[in-house]
Amino acid sequence: MTADQLFDLAFNLSCGLLLLTAVGTLWRREVSALITILVVQGIALTAIAMLLASRQEDGAEAVWVAAGVGLVKVVIIPLLLLRVQRLVPGARETRPLANVASSLLAAAVLSLLAYAAARPLAQVSTLPTARATPIGLALVLIGFFLAATRQRAVSQIVGVLLVDNGIAAIAFLATDGVPLIVELGVSVDLVLAVLVLQVLTARLVQTFGPTDLDDLRELRD
Amino acid sequence: MRIDLALYGPVAAPLAAALLAVLLPRRLAAFLSLLAAGAMLAAALVLASRTAHGETVVDGLLRADALTSWLLVTVGAVATIACWAGLHHLRDEADAGHLAGRSARRYLVLVQAFLACMAVAVLSANLGVLWVAVEATTIITAFLVGHHRTRASLEAAWKYVVLCSIGVGIAFLGTVCVYAAAVATGASGLHALDWTFLREHAAQFDPRLMRLAAGLVLLGFGTKAGLAPMHAWLPDAHSQAPGPVSALMSGVLLAVAFSAILRYRAVFDAALGPGYVRALLLVTALLSLALAALLLIGQRDYKRLLAYSSIEHMGLVALGTAIGGPLALSAVLLHILGHGLVKAVAFCSAGQLLHRVGSSRIDAVRHAVATVPAVAAPFGVALVALLAMPPFPLFATELGLARAGFTAGYGWAIGVAILLVLVAFGAIARHGLSMLLGSSTPDHSPAPAPSAADVTGGAAGAVAGAGPVAPAGDAAPTGDAEPTGDAAPAGGVAVLTAEHGTVSEPAHGRPYRVGLRWVPLTLGLLAAAVVGVWLGPLAPLLDSAARIAAGQ
Repeated sequence: MTADQLFDLAFNLSCGLLLLTAVGTLWRREVSALITILVVQGIALTAIAMLLASRQEDGAEAVWVAAGVGLVKVVIIPLLLLRVQRLVPGARETRPLANVASSLLAAAVLSLLAYAAARPLAQVSTLPTARATPIGLALVLIGFFLAATRQRAVSQIVGVLLVDNGIAAIAFLATDGVPLIVELGVSVDLVLAVLVLQVLTARLVQTFGPTDLDDLRELRD
Repeated sequence: MRIDLALYGPVAAPLAAALLAVLLPRRLAAFLSLLAAGAMLAAALVLASRTAHGETVVDGLLRADALTSWLLVTVGAVATIACWAGLHHLRDEADAGHLAGRSARRYLVLVQAFLACMAVAVLSANLGVLWVAVEATTIITAFLVGHHRTRASLEAAWKYVVLCSIGVGIAFLGTVCVYAAAVATGASGLHALDWTFLREHAAQFDPRLMRLAAGLVLLGFGTKAGLAPMHAWLPDAHSQAPGPVSALMSGVLLAVAFSAILRYRAVFDAALGPGYVRALLLVTALLSLALAALLLIGQRDYKRLLAYSSIEHMGLVALGTAIGGPLALSAVLLHILGHGLVKAVAFCSAGQLLHRVGSSRIDAVRHAVATVPAVAAPFGVALVALLAMPPFPLFATELGLARAGFTAGYGWAIGVAILLVLVAFGAIARHGLSMLLGSSTPDHSPAPAPSAADVTGGAAGAVAGAGPVAPAGDAAPTGDAEPTGDAAPAGGVAVLTAEHGTVSEPAHGRPYRVGLRWVPLTLGLLAAAVVGVWLGPLAPLLDSAARIAAGQ
């Protein structure tokens, strides 16, 4: 097997894993399962970043970006999510607005939509990997769907993370990744956002018992 | 290497104050926060004098032109009002026993960090850094929104973080699309997100990709700017945050987020022609105006009233931006400054009103001019200014917008907007009058509506005479508790008397001190009134800024 074939194999496998894990978040409801799925997705994303970095002639910066992405998505954020889970042990999505079957159907429709919408991105980019950008957009759309149809605090955080993973995937596939300083800022913002959500969950649990965001209905007109 | 103080000052001053707030005693830290805001304003004015005639100051990732300076002056001025009023807010909270020392310190650190992020967002030369700074403001202000740790404020903070993270995430997707378009033409690295570079080379970018990017950027930064249809977080967050924080969020954060749209717009127009972004902006502007007008009518909470009024004004700003051209954009920029100053005073005084009355319900406040004159006066004048009465700047800017719109051939949009603004006017005026001058008995027939001039006169008089608070007893007739046999529910009356009880007897026995709390509010209103009549040395800056925003 030549190096190119190996690259293609690893690349296609990683892209497939991204999409599969996105659908997996709709399929499983236990918080612990969702965290595992996100770790796998983080590994796939890091693998894509590393593979692309290996292709660049001057890839030192790209390797740093990939390592940073791996650290954030595979280590830091799952650890924060585990702390959220410890606050609400045994939590699972009890009352999603869409059941598993219709969620999976929606994921199929969203993926088709992503292929249609991402065409300009795939066509404009000069990179051969840009053909995979629809997968990133599918992640974004499935993330929206998850955040909109789930009630549990953790599920909404997972939705936000899915959107972010999708955008990061698009950035890597269509442009070889955004500049280091921007990626650094984005990662710090993401970690802090999850930290804020964790602290807010802790305060909610501390003051009002287990968080069911469905009960957060005080503020409305 | 010489560091440009005016360029780095607006970021460094609040950052230094945030660091010192961790170490220094609380009172000193609070005073420093005001000093930092003042330093920000001073640095902004220095930058303004250096960029007023179209010059650009660049250093590393920071860059200042006339548009930057104008926005920084707005941020600095509003920050000065909010930090000054924040001193009184912290003391009120401490008197009421709500606020432990650690919590006050956290408040001071977060507010300064928030100011630094807004300065970075306005000053960044790079659209990627701009995005990072805007997202950072969400994270920092989340804790400030949830500051009171009540169920409602935690709910507001949660919705705020989730909705804005997703919204601003969409904007990042738009940023990535622009980056991809730039990379496809041969640019690379930080350069490919540099605003000046993008504006000069946008004509070569792929139009399909730029159309996708324009939609995503408008939707994304529109979320943060409080524009419909992604505004749902705004009334919750702005009504639950402490008064001075709401002042900063409503007065300048919305404008800072919108300035990202202003920057991107020049790039998109160069790539796509003016029609595409204009159509998107027109739709979102009219949608925001309609939504704000409808929800203002039945509003029951005065902080939410102010929040919806912010959506209305951001709708007007978007409308002006859609019309385009230097005339409309100078109106837009002056509107941003005027709205910032006035809304800051309105939210700070609303916060004091909430502290005095103990409820943010509109029907909990009656005849405030007599019961709490020192708070009611600036609140009333700020409402009058928000209704675009002269001499306040919103009068001139709304007139300017209408003129520019008719000249540019968007008479239909202006017509619809005027109708919606009139509805909002009626709603705010009705609620404001019932709070300030309304009779304290619910079944009493409403007093004949006095003209706005009366309100101004009365309120201004009250500012002048802001001595000790008038005894609350004379405004709360004791006979209220008897059922009147009318349809008016007795429960409302009971609530009213209970509220009056909190007014006359503060919870912890400390008497309510009027002190100097009217100073920052009066200064803010005075500044707004002056800017409304005479721009003075700021006039050339506004001209240059409007030309830059118009893409010339």
